[in-house]
Amino acid sequence: MAQTASPQSHSQPIPVRIPVRQLLPWAIFAAVLALLLIYFVGAEQGATSLIGGHYVHEFVHDGRHLLGFPCH
Amino acid sequence: MIRSLLVRGMLVGLAAALLALVVAWIFGEPQVGHAIGFEEHQAALAGEPPEPELVSRSMQKTLGLATGIGLYGVALGGLFALAFAFAYGRIGSFGARATSALVALAGFTAVELAPFMKYPANPPSVGSPDTIGKRTALYFGLILISVLFAIAAVLIGRRLAPRLGNWNAALTAVGVFIALLGVAYLTMPTVQEVPKDFPAVVLWRFRLSSLGIQATLWTALGLLFGPLTERRLPHRSPATAATPITTA
Ligand SMILES: [Zn+2]
Repeated sequence: MAQTASPQSHSQPIPVRIPVRQLLPWAIFAAVLALLLIYFVGAEQGATSLIGGHYVHEFVHDGRHLLGFPCH
Repeated sequence: MIRSLLVRGMLVGLAAALLALVVAWIFGEPQVGHAIGFEEHQAALAGEPPEPELVSRSMQKTLGLATGIGLYGVALGGLFALAFAFAYGRIGSFGARATSALVALAGFTAVELAPFMKYPANPPSVGSPDTIGKRTALYFGLILISVLFAIAAVLIGRRLAPRLGNWNAALTAVGVFIALLGVAYLTMPTVQEVPKDFPAVVLWRFRLSSLGIQATLWTALGLLFGPLTERRLPHRSPATAATPITTA
């Protein structure tokens, strides 16, 4: 079948990759930060604890259960 | 540009978390309440004194829940933006909207659905405090394994695409993911800690609402991120492309 250049395909932009070299520093920085946040919502003062007491655990307790993280 | 993608990802994550919070309040919280009622009833039957409240229930189900889901949404949005930036232009010629939707579908499947089917969410009073370390390690371990399997499946699919065509290559990738996951399910230990008298309806509704909260979060992320970022992304128009469009 012949390939036709319709007005539709003319207006369709072609995605250009973002170089990995440019991505990597941001990826490391943001991944560490995001995983730390998820740790506090999902695991702090459950199996592991960075801050003493149980306040963090009790405060985000409903979210931890409802988001599917193990608890109790 | 990456910074702008990241900021947008986190903001969209926050917006998605707001929608998920509505689902959590309407469908999730009543089940948490029933489960805590069951826990207190069991404790009273056993003659144990009621546990002191470190954070009040009204605080836990309003500000506490909003904080938990909000932080989770922001973090997920940031990670999503990075996964999107890697995928854009590398999984075929999909535009920003389609790439965003596909990354969200893959992310929901690998990060939430696959681990959930082996180690589903549990309401308060389901799960023994003695095994929390083991259960946490198993759950996060399965998320990691499932994400690695998904990445492996995508790489295999990309490799096969020139030979099998996009559709068949994608189907093969899905098949590989399911097969690998099946092996993980069969080899990893089963956790069964539901108390004998725990109401089945509460457990079922709790798990369904947990899945609904996550589905809302990922769906909103996948559908909103694309349109909000597509104008900032690098692309070239076919008219100026190196290879001209051939007409026959
Ligand atoms: Zn709990």
